[in-house]
Amino acid sequence: MFEILHTRQLTPVTKLFEVAAPLVAKAGRPGQFVILRVHGHGERIPVTITDLDPQAGTVTVVIQEVGATSKMANALAEGERFHDLAGPLGEPAPLREKGHVVCVGGGFGAAAILSILKGLKAKATHSSAIVGARTAELVILEDRLRDAADALHICTDDGSAGFKGLVTAKLEELITSGEPVDEIVAIGPMVMMRAVAATTAPHGIATLVSLDPIMIDGTGMCGACRVTVDGRTQFACIDGPLFDATKIDFDELVRRNKTYRDEEEAALHRYEQAHCRAEEAAAAATRP
Amino acid sequence: MPVISPSKTPMPVADAKERAKTFREVNFGYDPRRAMQEADRCLRCQDPTCQTGCPVNVPIREVIHLTSQRRFDDALALIKRFNSLPGVCGRVCPQENQCEGRCHVGDRFGPVGIGYIERFLADWERLHGSQPVEKAEPKGQKVAIVGSGPSGLTAAGDLNHMGYDVTVFEALHDAGGVLRYGIPEFRLPKDVLDDEINALVRAGVDIQCNVVFGKTLTLDQLMDEMGYEAVFIGTGAGLPRFMNLPGENLNGIYSSNEFLTRINLMGAYRFPDYDTPVKSGRRVAVIGAGNTAMDAARCAMRAGSEEVTVVYRRSEAEMTARVEEYEHAIEEGVQFKWLNNPIEFIDDGNGWVSGMRCQRMELGEPDEDGRRRPVPVPDSEFVLDVNNVIVSIGTSPNPLLSRTTPGLDTTKWGGLVAEDDTGQTSREGVFAGGDIVTGSATVILAAGAGKRAASAIDTYLSQKRGEAAEA
Ligand SMILES: Cc1cc2nc3c(=O)[nH]c(=O)nc-3n(C[C@H](O)[C@H](O)[C@H](O)COP(=O)(O)OP(=O)(O)OC[C@H]3O[C@@H](n4cnc5c(N)ncnc54)[C@H](O)[C@@H]3O)c2cc1C
Ligand SMILES: Cc1cc2nc3c(=O)[nH]c(=O)nc-3n(C[C@H](O)[C@H](O)[C@H](O)COP(=O)(O)OP(=O)(O)OC[C@H]3O[C@@H](n4cnc5c(N)ncnc54)[C@H](O)[C@@H]3O)c2cc1C
Ligand code: SF4
Ligand code: SF4
Ligand code: FES
Repeated sequence: MFEILHTRQLTPVTKLFEVAAPLVAKAGRPGQFVILRVHGHGERIPVTITDLDPQAGTVTVVIQEVGATSKMANALAEGERFHDLAGPLGEPAPLREKGHVVCVGGGFGAAAILSILKGLKAKATHSSAIVGARTAELVILEDRLRDAADALHICTDDGSAGFKGLVTAKLEELITSGEPVDEIVAIGPMVMMRAVAATTAPHGIATLVSLDPIMIDGTGMCGACRVTVDGRTQFACIDGPLFDATKIDFDELVRRNKTYRDEEEAALHRYEQAHCRAEEAAAAATRP
Repeated sequence: MPVISPSKTPMPVADAKERAKTFREVNFGYDPRRAMQEADRCLRCQDPTCQTGCPVNVPIREVIHLTSQRRFDDALALIKRFNSLPGVCGRVCPQENQCEGRCHVGDRFGPVGIGYIERFLADWERLHGSQPVEKAEPKGQKVAIVGSGPSGLTAAGDLNHMGYDVTVFEALHDAGGVLRYGIPEFRLPKDVLDDEINALVRAGVDIQCNVVFGKTLTLDQLMDEMGYEAVFIGTGAGLPRFMNLPGENLNGIYSSNEFLTRINLMGAYRFPDYDTPVKSGRRVAVIGAGNTAMDAARCAMRAGSEEVTVVYRRSEAEMTARVEEYEHAIEEGVQFKWLNNPIEFIDDGNGWVSGMRCQRMELGEPDEDGRRRPVPVPDSEFVLDVNNVIVSIGTSPNPLLSRTTPGLDTTKWGGLVAEDDTGQTSREGVFAGGDIVTGSATVILAAGAGKRAASAIDTYLSQKRGEAAEA
């Protein structure tokens, strides 16, 4: 059992958890992830390490609600526990010693790039961060990102904060601004990572994206996470999750992630019904 | 000398039609009367070849003798000196190639049901409570066991018994290795496994799940910072092999590890009570013919598939599955296509597998391991309609260990190099055994390796203690 020491609701569907996991806190590196289970009958879900505090023995993760398990996770409060948490998994991000690295984050990815930015800062490598959200309220961890990156560019669809437009437009602007860019790391929704790959390809800049196929064990035992990179099958949990964006078969990945759509919808429906009933019961209990 | 009944005392089994739809255990087990009746078939041979057939040398003749005298506790205590997992081994050992394969009665009649008796004795203890085992004086030395499969559990049990302070580190959220995630409930009920593991924990073994050795903790950390004086590595051969055929990553194509893990470890057969789903469509093909393939095929039947076909490029004679599993699979309606090899998976237009193109094979000259090599028959291609495919063509050692743990010699297929009788690896204080050393083998071979390593670790640590005392 892994105690949740601190939480912070970042947006209506995104929550930060600081969890006591001393071994992971010590061993974890930027770009790696953990696998957690909310309860004893639960799924194993992978989440990226957002931050680590080896002294305090804590790991920070940010979970965005997309289905039943992520909703169950985000219903947990301070003082409660994750049933399981294993990691750090995957290969760490290669942190350049010099040059200029641009990290792009969307959705939970804005949090996921934090550990990489902090890693670059520790090496005194120049870094920029570009994070995107629909609107100003949905921008997450702005304070911490500003602290970690040499430059932070916020993009919103409606222009309510920072640059009005997509992260890829900002990225293109940065690349063509004259300041050299040596590497790009993008984490976020698949559409965003794909768009980043398409943006950087003509410029020939090394681009890594963190793939999120369906996983079970996260140790290379099941092969659920297989992705095609450069025409070869790779296991994202042990060979990745970061891969060269120009070599990924995104269509295959998008398709494979739809394998359990029916079951995921059914699970979400069940969860929401049970949730409603629980709320009604709680309301009934407090009625005079 | 009793009159020998020509055939093995039958094992009561669940009706094939009914059981093919549930995950309840297929074999019900002997009652005391049947166990003693079966024990009476043993000739108490002067040269009990049965014992030499057992990889860990269980003194079978004596065990059976005690059983026939209704001294079940004593019989089990005797087994346990050689095999700490009798409830598991009685169920899953390939007895026909091991103990029972060498039984003299088997020369004329069916061999004595050694596995059934062993299983009975273990179950008897489960029902009637175990006898307390006395533990040696604490030795004050810590040993780490990596991996909680049969090799790790056996080594842990023995070392704990000898008085060492033992911690088992397991990557998954639950202990047992293949016994947990691979072998299904209907062959090895998880209650049996839980009981064997709980007995270890009660005896003082500490099991830490969610620790991925090489990632969460390294060998150097264990030995230099955390005070473990010896380490046993029993991480198995868990990396699934694929065939690298066109279309292999289509939706609906599983490795047997994934399919079985979803069902066994994650409880998908009880979806939605458990959160993890599994797909087992109307028509399923399983590629391969080992124990894993049989388990996958029989799980697919139980998960609701109507037609399950095992496709194997060799013939029935080369099949490596246990005979009992094969027979049970046939009874449950699994079909077999021998001498057929898949060459391509066909897309239904939406990214799901809808067919498997196969080629007929015939047996050619024997290869280096003496098995006749299958060669394709020209112009023999055909398409098998399928909704799911389960690839079960074997596993290799997981590269995670060798990638993260420098200084351990590995073989060219990625296994760890370790001495046969001791499990000693290329690094002092580090021992290994089970599938990580031998490649995919059997539960009892892994358990036996754990046992030998435990005794080598004891020798090593005793020597270290002696040196420390002298200094
Ligand atoms: C290496 C890795 C790192 C990740 N890091 C984070 C993180 O830091 N924070 C975070 O919130 N999420 C992260 N994810 C995604 C997260 O694991 C999934 O969102 C989660 O498993 C969904 O579970 P669910 O039961 O809530 O949703 P489900 O019911 O399983 O799925 C609901 C919806 O989400 C989609 N979906 C399913 N699986 C994934 C997936 N793996 N990735 C994206 N969408 C998916 C489905 O197609 C469906 O539309 C990561 C995934 C990987 C592989
Ligand atoms: C489906 C299936 C059916 C089988 N049926 C039979 C049968 O009927 N009879 C029979 O005799 N044999 C059978 N076998 C073979 C038998 O199960 C194996 O030979 C045996 O389990 C090997 O034991 P082991 O201790 O070496 O490793 P495993 O049982 O593989 O256990 C290894 C453990 O180590 C853990 N691990 C791996 N890497 C790490 C790491 N880095 N850190 C921490 N932990 C780690 C794994 O999660 C696992 O729990 C079957 C195998 C399979 C897959
Ligand atoms: S351990 Fe296996 S091989 Fe040995 S006697 Fe028991 S069933 Fe037979
Ligand atoms: S070989 Fe068979 S008959 Fe002889 S002692 Fe062993 S089990 Fe009994
Ligand atoms: S998640 Fe199982 S092999 Fe990667």
